[in-house]
Amino acid sequence: MSTALPIVDHPQAAKEFVTNVPRSHWHDDSLWFVRTKRDRQAQSLPEWEYLRESASAIKRHTIANLPDYLQEFEANATRMGAVVHWAADADEHNEIVLELLQKNHTQRIIKSKSMLTEECGLNEFLIENGIDVVDTDLGERIVQLRGETPSHIVLPAIHIKKEEVGETFHRHLGTRKGEADPQVLTEAARGHLRGKFLEGEVGITGVNFGIAETGGIVVCTNEGNADLGVSLPRIHIACMGIEKLIPRFENLGVFTRLLARSATGQPITSYTSHFHGPRDENSELHIVLVDNGRSRIRDSDTFRDALNCIRCGACMNTCPVYRRSGGHSYQATVPGPIGSVLGPTKDMKAHKSLPYACSLCGSCTDVCPVKIPLHHQLLAWRGVLVGKRLLAWNKRIGMKAASWLFRHPRLFFAAGYMARTALRYLPHSLTHNRLNEWAIDRELPEPPKQSFRAWYAKNRSEKQPEESR
Amino acid sequence: MNVALFVPCYIDQFFPDVAIATLELLESQGVNVSFPENQTCCGQPMANTGCTADAAPVARKFVEIFSGYDAVVCPSGSCTSMIRNHYGDYFAADDERFLKLRDNTFELCEFLVDQLGVRQIEGRFPHRVSIHSSCHGLRELRLAGSSEQMIPRENKLRLLVESLDGVEIMPITRQDECCGFGGTFAVTERETSVAMGLDRVQDHVGSGSEVMIAGDMSCLMHMQGLIRRRDMPMRVMHVAEVLAGRALPQKKAVSAGY
Amino acid sequence: MIAEAFDRQPQRSKQLILDRLRGRAVKSKGLPEIDRSRLVRFDDPLAQFRETLGFVGGESHLVDSPEQVREILMGIEVFANAERIASTYPEAIEPTVQLDRTGDPHLLSSLDWTVVRGEFAIAENGAIWIDGGTLPHRVMIFIAQYLAIVVSRSQIVDHMHDAYARIGTPEPGFGVFVSGPSKTADIEQSLVLGAHGCRKLQVFLTP
Repeated sequence: MSTALPIVDHPQAAKEFVTNVPRSHWHDDSLWFVRTKRDRQAQSLPEWEYLRESASAIKRHTIANLPDYLQEFEANATRMGAVVHWAADADEHNEIVLELLQKNHTQRIIKSKSMLTEECGLNEFLIENGIDVVDTDLGERIVQLRGETPSHIVLPAIHIKKEEVGETFHRHLGTRKGEADPQVLTEAARGHLRGKFLEGEVGITGVNFGIAETGGIVVCTNEGNADLGVSLPRIHIACMGIEKLIPRFENLGVFTRLLARSATGQPITSYTSHFHGPRDENSELHIVLVDNGRSRIRDSDTFRDALNCIRCGACMNTCPVYRRSGGHSYQATVPGPIGSVLGPTKDMKAHKSLPYACSLCGSCTDVCPVKIPLHHQLLAWRGVLVGKRLLAWNKRIGMKAASWLFRHPRLFFAAGYMARTALRYLPHSLTHNRLNEWAIDRELPEPPKQSFRAWYAKNRSEKQPEESR
Repeated sequence: MNVALFVPCYIDQFFPDVAIATLELLESQGVNVSFPENQTCCGQPMANTGCTADAAPVARKFVEIFSGYDAVVCPSGSCTSMIRNHYGDYFAADDERFLKLRDNTFELCEFLVDQLGVRQIEGRFPHRVSIHSSCHGLRELRLAGSSEQMIPRENKLRLLVESLDGVEIMPITRQDECCGFGGTFAVTERETSVAMGLDRVQDHVGSGSEVMIAGDMSCLMHMQGLIRRRDMPMRVMHVAEVLAGRALPQKKAVSAGY
Repeated sequence: MIAEAFDRQPQRSKQLILDRLRGRAVKSKGLPEIDRSRLVRFDDPLAQFRETLGFVGGESHLVDSPEQVREILMGIEVFANAERIASTYPEAIEPTVQLDRTGDPHLLSSLDWTVVRGEFAIAENGAIWIDGGTLPHRVMIFIAQYLAIVVSRSQIVDHMHDAYARIGTPEPGFGVFVSGPSKTADIEQSLVLGAHGCRKLQVFLTP
């Protein structure tokens, strides 16, 4: 990224969402519902953990041998009749797509969900260049019409209430004012987007899996929008991060079993489409391979496993912070635990609050179908950030002081004694003032008269208790 | 066997009865326990903030103090995990003294069940209780099976609590959701932390339980702070207190001040 | 000018990306093989398939003849009233829309029904493999309001590993696993069938 990104203040951004208690609870419940569906699907397979292990091992192997597999993929995709493009970064990706559109004199693009194109800011770029881009995934269309960004990578409009969708559709699609029935609203979107599909001149999709051995790509959707979007126009552009590769066709067996189960709690997506080359001799399939920082992540032993990610969103659904603070609180293309790992790889300073937007509960690590050690990576990021002096000075000093205290037992005992005494004798209003972040919403513990060590010295030890000296 | 009691710093200072109960419980099982009096903290607060340079000397001091024992037992899953899963960053991979300590440091319930083979605690606790699975004990020490993984595991805390006479364990919704304590997270992400904590308390209240039991006092300190501020109908107890035969605390008091 | 610059750039970036990756050698284990003995097996794959298909919103029918397929479809009001029907299963359903591989797929926009053959089905997830090579136009299965798939009940595999083994080495072309009708839950997690593709899916299981 050439320009510095704005600094994300997660606690501040979260505050707005989480303190709207009914909305935060509603959001939490929606995502927990998805998590429970995921659990039922995982439970239905005795080999669930074996699949996770296998998926992780396949991905690790692939990422390690990525240059070879990329070349194998390119050769086979070309043999199948596709054209493979290579983009070192987001700008180049956008340029490649624009050039393809301009070369073919196309104006109307229909696009299915692709987090990569979100990451690259493709929509904005194309619109600036006078090209009409229609997102066809219902959730993405909703956020597009509202001028927002997706708040979740699989459920882009999970933060929006049906009444708000009704309002948006009333304004843009002419549905009845006050209409909030999802069935009716979906039907309206279906009608609206049918027209767009028929007008589309180029279909753009993301890629869930690219297969080195065959040169094919796999796209998974529930709505069928990717398939409709590329079965009508002559040109299909598939945008693919270089980490989406898998070595062999048979490896799909592992990943197609894990993806939808982890994502939405379905046994598989409604449509799992395999494209090997263009539709026919009059059609074109372009595959744009994008690095955009992925090779840098691969360089790091600590963060490399983040490239295992298959973008299922399970870590978001399970994250107790994400569920309550909403996806937009991360102000990143990919929010939640994986987003908080990926964000700082793009710009450490801008995303320095994200690794701390985590209670280190580890639920993400256990839910991840490709076994990315997410909470360990978030902890590791904190160490990197402190090393780069990106932690606020008062916190750094606080930890230095604590470290010093813990190395000087007698001073530690004295400090504890003073703290307990202060808590016991100072008025509540003083110990629980607004400067004490802990005590704004919580009571401090009731201070006991003596510490355990004082009790021990008095009752069990030969030695005199420190505090009674 | 010569066992050292590792008492987390905040338990030492604010919840001494949890440590006393731990000591008594181990002694009642015939364990020879001592408390190395120079101990302070394992360094987790620094490590979890990313201040590894500040955590390192604390970790080295910890190993110095505790390495003379056959085993170290701690009434906290989180602090035990710090030693077992995170101390590796501060010691050479072949540091024998550290490795021996790492492999012989146990969380209290884990020590009772796995090392001593305890399946039954004599005692009576005639109450409706609910169990809060603290995250680090659950997902880093694997003291029970997490709801995300499809791996059946024995729930060590539950096994021991269940063995008491008269106890009734109430099932809670979202069995292993985080309470939102998370160390400095409780302060830096205060609003989210509080929202998580309140939801968690509500899960327990909704189960009809009288008292929430956990293996980590830090989670309980956070939730007790929320409970007391709002006068919610729930009490908290550390598992050591329950197993050592302490009575249900009076409302607003987590442990008697000695 | 632009086109020229564009033609050259990809080669340069390809080299750049490969150089970046090759600049950091990463050790790895070999590609794991899946141990088939650790995978789920169903005692009754047909029953499992039908149950899962129902779970994902599809309807299944056991039939013994093409006539039976026709009978059942005629009993469905939206089929009986359908005007524009595409079919690759003329034994049961004569198409009313003639499909020509070279024609413009946009002409299929008003299809009411599509009836096609599936190659095999998968018990664990209710999916059916449709080989694009059997379709005059691949859009026919996505654009029709309603979809019916005819597949042999003797051709049911347990899971996706068997499914991919069965497909073998893909040829240039297209293939899709269809599991239930098109669906979305993008508005407040309320499941709605018929997002963009078919509103309902009928599956006929022939001998």
